[in-house]
Amino acid sequence: MTFALLIEQLLNGVQLGVMLFLMAAGLTLIFGVMGLINLAHGSLYMVGAFACASVAALTGSFWLGLVASLAAAAAAGALIEITVIRRLYQRDHLDQVLATFALILIFSEGTRWLFGSFPLYLDIPPLLQGAVGLPGGAQYPVYRLAIILAGALVAFGLYALISKTRLGMRIRAGESDREMIAALGVDIRTLYTLVFALGAALAGLAGAMVGALQSVQVGMGEPVLILAFVVIVIGGIGSIKGALVGALLVGSVDTLGRFLLPQALALMVPPDQAGLIGGALASMLIYILMAIILAVKPRGLFPAQA
Amino acid sequence: MKTILKAATLALTLGASTMAMAEPIKIGLITTLSGGGAGLGVDTRDGFMLAIKQSGNKDITVVTEDDAQKPELAVQIADKMIQSDKVDILTGIVWSNLLMAVVPGAVAQGKIYVSTNAAPAALAGEKCDPLYFNAAYQNDNLHEAMGEYANKVYKKMFIMAPNYPAGKDSLTGFKRYYKGELANEVYTKVGQTDYAAEIAQIRASGADAAFVFLPGGMGIAFMKQYAQSGVKIPVIGPGFSFSQDVLPAIGDAALGAKASGQWAKDLDNAANKKFVPAFQAEYGRLPSIYAVQAYDAAQLILAAASKASVKDVKAFTTELSKADIQSPRGKFKFNTNRHPIQDIYLTEVVKDNGTLTNKIVEKIFTDHGDAYAKDCKK
Repeated sequence: MTFALLIEQLLNGVQLGVMLFLMAAGLTLIFGVMGLINLAHGSLYMVGAFACASVAALTGSFWLGLVASLAAAAAAGALIEITVIRRLYQRDHLDQVLATFALILIFSEGTRWLFGSFPLYLDIPPLLQGAVGLPGGAQYPVYRLAIILAGALVAFGLYALISKTRLGMRIRAGESDREMIAALGVDIRTLYTLVFALGAALAGLAGAMVGALQSVQVGMGEPVLILAFVVIVIGGIGSIKGALVGALLVGSVDTLGRFLLPQALALMVPPDQAGLIGGALASMLIYILMAIILAVKPRGLFPAQA
Repeated sequence: MKTILKAATLALTLGASTMAMAEPIKIGLITTLSGGGAGLGVDTRDGFMLAIKQSGNKDITVVTEDDAQKPELAVQIADKMIQSDKVDILTGIVWSNLLMAVVPGAVAQGKIYVSTNAAPAALAGEKCDPLYFNAAYQNDNLHEAMGEYANKVYKKMFIMAPNYPAGKDSLTGFKRYYKGELANEVYTKVGQTDYAAEIAQIRASGADAAFVFLPGGMGIAFMKQYAQSGVKIPVIGPGFSFSQDVLPAIGDAALGAKASGQWAKDLDNAANKKFVPAFQAEYGRLPSIYAVQAYDAAQLILAAASKASVKDVKAFTTELSKADIQSPRGKFKFNTNRHPIQDIYLTEVVKDNGTLTNKIVEKIFTDHGDAYAKDCKK
């Protein structure tokens, strides 16, 4: 194992973490402010990817697709908030899970109805094609570096929004005391719709960026949703900072585990067995991490105040 | 117009041959029509229905249901089809884990099963069944062909597959024929979408080539990421990794990739020359290997139905095993374990009039059976 390989894998871990953060930030924001468990968050990710792929195919521009993904996911988010989600805030979590699960089915079959069952094509924009050299001699894809950069910008933007602006102040107030902020004359319904649309737009952005790396297909959101839930549970539900740390932790542990575990096992057992056992162990690793963290800190690394 | 005429001629010839026996037959088609794997199921259904339509046989009814790629759902549907729909024959399942859940129960109740794709090793050897037929291949076959090919061309291979039964069958099949050095053997998570960690290992492995079995969306993700990584090691794989259902989504990243298949669109035989345009005329897209396999499964059933009554299961399966069909694959016959003996080719992804598709390069195996047939005594 060379130094260059290790650097490359660390970057891979950070990049996966950044993607997870975009998903987890919206999820944890919605839970923190509205107390809502939104299983349909993965569907908004899918909406973003499909919007980007279809606009990019129509116009030939990935960047217009990216804008479309933000707009489409935010619009879809606002629409379901007004029509469905709004009725769920006062209900218990089981009702929320049932209703948002129904939304997953509606989104999936609706997308299939519109776009068909076959995966769509979405390519990386020419500007970000190819790979660049890293210190140590390794090559790294430009597009993945761009994802890391975009994620860092979003993280910084979210931090600025929540701690420095009036809207952010209201979001924080909404997290701490819902009744009081409503009593003070803040239009809580609009605030909720805004927060939901913001979370949805972040998921849509993640979907569009990942769509260029993977296959844009129905059901692409659910595996990411599960990881995003692991991230917010580790980070502390409702905490953006927790989501960032949790996402980077999960991204790095997953990537390095997939790469190091089989190698470590190969020192003890034959290589084909090492691959099999190592692969199986690596896919459990983040859940083991979650269990350990919850055993030590039952409310996650950065528990929200509430 | 020309294609319509051709389709009509084919329909007439097939129709004439099936007029001999007018016995109603009910077929239950269980396949994946929703979720991430739906592309494969849609092609299976469409290929199957094309053959039924072309035959013009009015005595055949097909009941179609979606298994959503869930084994427990597939079992429920199969039970329902057997108990209340009273089907005579079941078919259509894409995935090996679903097939393993359905077939033993169905054949135990005296129903015939004709597989259009899934072919786990467990049902090809000792546990084979006289009522279970496979119209596609045995799971290991296409991987064995790539092992044979790699043997000739490469000295050091990196091999990778998802960690589930068909993934293990895949690498086992590959290693059965490949005798060179293995740089590494990696199992990935089923449904994994990010392959950065694995691509970094391929880069560092110093292998001559990488053999990768990742069907459906997994393969799309891998190939797109691989193309961006700057790694120059060639990727080869079984036909599923580059089949017609995923090629448009992978895009030019797939160009030049070598794979194995028992069929390709340009295969030179009369049945294929009729099949490809007929499928295109009917559905407006190119058929994938899954469509061909289902088309043949339907042809096999139609051929047997023209000779024997489905109520006489023994006579019907005897006719089925004769495999008296014109397959778009060319030569086709059944082995003693009722899995195909067929030719397997090396294919390459090319661009044909702006559409990505597979072209045949050479023949790897002639009349290839499988390693389990000798253990099948039934």
